[in-house]
Amino acid sequence: MKQMTYAEAIRDGMRVAMQNDPNVYLQGEDVAQFGGCFGVTAGLYDEFGPKRVMNTPISEAVIIGSAVGAALTGLRPIAEIMFVDFMGCCMDELFNQAAKLRYMNGGKCQVPMVLRTPCGAGQGAAAQHSQSVESWFTHIPGVKTVMPSTPADAKGLMMAAIKDNNPVMYIEHKQLLTVPGDVPEGEYVVPLGKADIKREGSDITIVAWSWMLQKALAAAEELAKKGINAEVLDPRTLIPLDKDAILKSVAKTGKLLIVHEEVKTSGFGGEIAAMVGEEGFDYLDAPIKRLASPDTPIPFAPVLENAFIPSEEKIIKAVEGFF
Amino acid sequence: MDLNKEQLLDMYKKMVTIRAFESKAVELFAAGQIPGFVHLYLGEEAIATGVCASLEKKDYIASTHRGHGHLIAKGGDIKIMMAELFGRTTGYCKGKGGSMHIADVDLGILGANGIVGAGMPLATGAAFTCKYKGNGAVAVAFFGDGASDRATFHESLNLASTWKLPIVFLCENNGWAISNSQENHQNVTDISDRASGYGIPGVSVDGNDVIAVYEAAAAAIDRARKGDGPTLVECKSWRWRGHFEGDPGAYKDPKDQEEWLAKDPIPRLEKNLLKLKYATQAELDDIKAAADAELEAAIKFAESSPVPDPSELFTDVYAD
Repeated sequence: MKQMTYAEAIRDGMRVAMQNDPNVYLQGEDVAQFGGCFGVTAGLYDEFGPKRVMNTPISEAVIIGSAVGAALTGLRPIAEIMFVDFMGCCMDELFNQAAKLRYMNGGKCQVPMVLRTPCGAGQGAAAQHSQSVESWFTHIPGVKTVMPSTPADAKGLMMAAIKDNNPVMYIEHKQLLTVPGDVPEGEYVVPLGKADIKREGSDITIVAWSWMLQKALAAAEELAKKGINAEVLDPRTLIPLDKDAILKSVAKTGKLLIVHEEVKTSGFGGEIAAMVGEEGFDYLDAPIKRLASPDTPIPFAPVLENAFIPSEEKIIKAVEGFF
Repeated sequence: MDLNKEQLLDMYKKMVTIRAFESKAVELFAAGQIPGFVHLYLGEEAIATGVCASLEKKDYIASTHRGHGHLIAKGGDIKIMMAELFGRTTGYCKGKGGSMHIADVDLGILGANGIVGAGMPLATGAAFTCKYKGNGAVAVAFFGDGASDRATFHESLNLASTWKLPIVFLCENNGWAISNSQENHQNVTDISDRASGYGIPGVSVDGNDVIAVYEAAAAAIDRARKGDGPTLVECKSWRWRGHFEGDPGAYKDPKDQEEWLAKDPIPRLEKNLLKLKYATQAELDDIKAAADAELEAAIKFAESSPVPDPSELFTDVYAD
């Protein structure tokens, strides 16, 4: 185990994978000498050189499209899109190309690539640099979607994503990049599709991921002081989704709150709620609740942005509403 | 011209095979035997044929929605192709792709693509693999005049020229972006002029002259293979049919259509072959008859092949 930040853990996952497999390479805007807009790729250029760590032009479509072409022909690219908000510039390359080529060629090819991109509000970056849009990607059969919430998961899921033979959306949260934690050294893989109970409890299940997972954990500590023992479940990957773990937890607690940062309408929380409604209705002793961002763009002024983001206080209030 | 008899006759055979395949597809679609969308390559046979003559099996191509010709020229088997058009399990994509997505990945085809202009980034990535692995292979991205207006054209040419990737951008200018004529969708006559914006060579050739196509493509492929970077090659031709089967092409001026039909690439090659005494008319007729017979066998194969089991819906979504 080694103490490292979430950003360092992501980098460590990429580094170990690149050491182990010469077909893994990294490309994106400013990922080389500059080390990435948030410093996540710092040092990789020095270690692996210009052949394997490349700055691209500001050309999101060809960043992803060329990664798809390289993946089809035997490489394992990691392609970075600087902000998830820029995915609108390369959505075809993900949803019509990466996601579909295997299926429409009758399973005769595969697209093993990782699309890394940061999401999330909290930095005053306003409407076009702060969003969480994971349900754009979970709605695409053929793509897997990964959203780590801790440094150890960040590394383990990165290594799993690189080994996976499918296109994987690896969405990292900007607010988590400096969060420290214990991370296993060397090769470390967290399998995709395995949820993690980050805090055991018996009174209510809180399902949350990415930054909201950290907020849910903090809220659970406060709630414990008030005598409410919340279980906090981190799905870690939204596709594949560990339905069994969620159902098992809800069977134990009888109550479900889903917290996410993407806006409420058509957010992934609706999918989890529907799944539990269909497959675990009998476990519930109260209606399912969703706490999510409101259906607005993300504002700039700190007071407005804070009102947008689901906070620890809002989670506590939502949980208390069950009792 | 450094083409020998065998090469030219092979080109001729490919062109008449594409012609026969596409002509049959017209009939089969009209008869309701081919479901879905079908975009035909009739009139453009010289382009894929002339380009693929310089490609090896290890080389990659990105095809388009109008992709039957590319697949035949790269070495595709028309039986397996016809089965795909019929939506049968014996097709190249097990019946999951159809005409618009017909490709043989084992022949280095990065998919036929239903999204106009989407093949260029894929081919750019394949060319990156070739350079990364140093395997001497190259990639060719086929696309039309309409696709040359897409952002993917700019992004791909810019990246590939900056990184000096072994790729040829092969524009099949057939005069039409669906119903919009070239002069109505772009302010250039020669799309190859755009190459100068990327600091790479650009050349325009008569796309109905298979020898001219061959020569331009061979030079560009050779340049890519040597590590000198991309070339933009424009082959000027004409789409004989509507954009898709079912589109009568009423927007075309009949005079233009007539002029281009007279420039049919197949008789032009025939004339050359006869002049060079590489074949007699009877031998050429035999090649055509053989292609027609092969087509009939392909249709029988397709018709007698099984349709997919409904459980196939769920397979091939994810790789293990």
